[in-house]
Amino acid sequence: MKKTGAQILCESLVREGVDVIFGISGGTVIPLYDAFSEYPQIRRVLVRHEQAAAHAAAGYARATHRAGVCVATSGPGATNLVTGIADAYMDSTPMVVITGQVARQFIGKDAFQECDITGITLPIIKHNYLVREAKDIARIVKEAFHIAQTGRPGPVLIDLPKDVQTEFAEFEYPDSVYLPGYRPVTEPDPAQVANVAGLLNRAERPVIIAGRGVNISRAFEELRELAETIQAPVVHTLLGLGSLPPQHHLDLGMLGMHGQTAANLAVQNADLVLAVGTRLGDRATMRTGDFAPRAIVVHIDIDPAELGKNVAPFASLVGDAKVTLRRLNALVAPAERTEWLAQVRLWRAANPLVPATRSPRLSARTVIRQVCRTAGHRTVMVTGVGQHQMFAAQEYASPRLNGFISSGGLGTMGFELPAALGAQIACPDDDVWVVAGDGGFQMTMQELSTAVQERLPIKIAVISNGYLGMVRQWQSLFQKGNYVDVALHTPDFVKLADAYGIPAVRVEREEDVASAIERARSHPGLFLIDFVVDPDENVYPMVAPGESLDCMLQAPAMAATVAS
Amino acid sequence: MQQRLHTLVSLVQDEPGVLTRVAGLFRRRGFNIESLSVGHCELPGLSRMTIVVEGDDASVDQVTKQLDKLINVVSVTDITRSDMVARELALIKVAARADDRSEIMQIVDIFRAKIVDVAVDSLIVEVTGGEDKIDSLLRLLLPFGVTEMARTGRTALTRGSTSSIKAQVNEKEELRDG
Repeated sequence: MKKTGAQILCESLVREGVDVIFGISGGTVIPLYDAFSEYPQIRRVLVRHEQAAAHAAAGYARATHRAGVCVATSGPGATNLVTGIADAYMDSTPMVVITGQVARQFIGKDAFQECDITGITLPIIKHNYLVREAKDIARIVKEAFHIAQTGRPGPVLIDLPKDVQTEFAEFEYPDSVYLPGYRPVTEPDPAQVANVAGLLNRAERPVIIAGRGVNISRAFEELRELAETIQAPVVHTLLGLGSLPPQHHLDLGMLGMHGQTAANLAVQNADLVLAVGTRLGDRATMRTGDFAPRAIVVHIDIDPAELGKNVAPFASLVGDAKVTLRRLNALVAPAERTEWLAQVRLWRAANPLVPATRSPRLSARTVIRQVCRTAGHRTVMVTGVGQHQMFAAQEYASPRLNGFISSGGLGTMGFELPAALGAQIACPDDDVWVVAGDGGFQMTMQELSTAVQERLPIKIAVISNGYLGMVRQWQSLFQKGNYVDVALHTPDFVKLADAYGIPAVRVEREEDVASAIERARSHPGLFLIDFVVDPDENVYPMVAPGESLDCMLQAPAMAATVAS
Repeated sequence: MQQRLHTLVSLVQDEPGVLTRVAGLFRRRGFNIESLSVGHCELPGLSRMTIVVEGDDASVDQVTKQLDKLINVVSVTDITRSDMVARELALIKVAARADDRSEIMQIVDIFRAKIVDVAVDSLIVEVTGGEDKIDSLLRLLLPFGVTEMARTGRTALTRGSTSSIKAQVNEKEELRDG
């Protein structure tokens, strides 16, 4: 039976198991939305700005490991998605993006709301399609989900001209894809695995860097087994947080620019660094010439282009993290490392994370620590980008695997609230906490309205310091305190929440922090807490840009005394 | 690291936008394409691109891997160190007064080039060969006055019976059939 292009798209989405789409309608997707109404099994979430649709799809994808789907109309709808697409590309987030396009005869004529979204997204997307005929839709959707969700995941865009949506074609959903140019390698080369296992067995001071690849392939058990067998401490990249519970005795937390001292020192003093599923990006390695100077670097990634891109590895394996770690686990020998682990523990004990505030005002670290410490096995933390994000990463304490959702590579302020919408919809029974800064929050806070409309019980902790805090921190440390355009007028977030019908409290004193968090937790619905904190508190440790990983600025000494 | 010219040969699917994808990738990763030639090849639905880029081995290796990640790129190989036949075609329009013609024709003969168009005051010379040969011919023709020139850029094949690229494609075809 023939169906319209719009119906074929919906049928194809159903075949792919899509249960929710995030989007906003508009001129060129009206036929599509018309068809959506025939498919009640697909929940539609109407967001307030298309950027949020993309971030929400990312939040959904991060929480479920399935491609998130977002929809926007042509022109401005499509361009508003661009930040979210770039964000998903940088963070290897599977996403299928559907945009309307002007009818075929208008393409190239600068028609109303026409823009070349396939051209615009080329450098920030895994693949994209401009659909020319309705008969191609089923194949393209099949390919799009396959490409988005396999190998190194990423966003794929399907640009659908309006008249293709109304064109009739036979619908038959393909059961396989033919993509001769796309064949990700998941199984590592056995000889190279044996070689790497030999290196691990000979290492005396090994460290594992767990990246987002471990979360993506859900290699949690395999990571834990390897770490325990070879007794290697585990450090995480920002997006690798949550791949081993922070409570694990081998876990050292995050490395990098704002990495924990012990994590950075472990990497710099290791004789072998096993990097799993990470780009070894500049925020993690800092000055690459001095990265892990005493170690041989062994790099595992499913994307061959990552091997040798930033750091030249001594040995490398191309493969899926879960498969590769499993193969390694079969070959590595149990080891005792009393001395190395004792050293690492010493570093950790000697360098606790301390609030760095001199004033009696509330410390952002203290607030975020308390939020993090209430996290249980069913808590997902979603953050924005900036100081609060780094505090949250350092204080991350959720025992839940893959429980940390944050914008890493692109560093997208405003990611937090829309991503939390997606995560909460993906995990309706889990507690989703947003930790936001007052700068980033104001970039996408219109989505409070969506959260209310969708009745999502998200808990929001806005860390208000009245500044673009991380930029202020850089200006404070590296521009001699010349603060330029970092002071923000911050609205009354409690009144703002009230305008949306959201209960909210403001907290300015440390003694009120715990009760406010508890109030939010026990409230069945959406809840916002506006934590007004000291703007002078910087994030430490910090490796200054261009410095090596062990060259860390520590919190000023007086902080420790104020802390307790 | 030593900068040198690398010859990359790539098989790409004949799809709209594939050239933009390839060219855009080089731009984004900060490479200048020295030359790029593309045309149909022996496999239906695929085109062969010959891309010449300058760079050190590590950075060309990186851009090769990035290129291979493009979904429409079926294979890409750096054949710089392979035994290959590499050719370029140039059309050179030379200002040719009556008394210069015989000298120009002699030069053209020596280079086994051809005169493919004759006008009252000019000739078009067609020459095929390596870049060095074309550069040499050009040097000799310049004194007469070169008014226009078009060069195709390098196109290349590895020597021998089966190219590694085709073997890769066959392997992929088998996977698909099996």
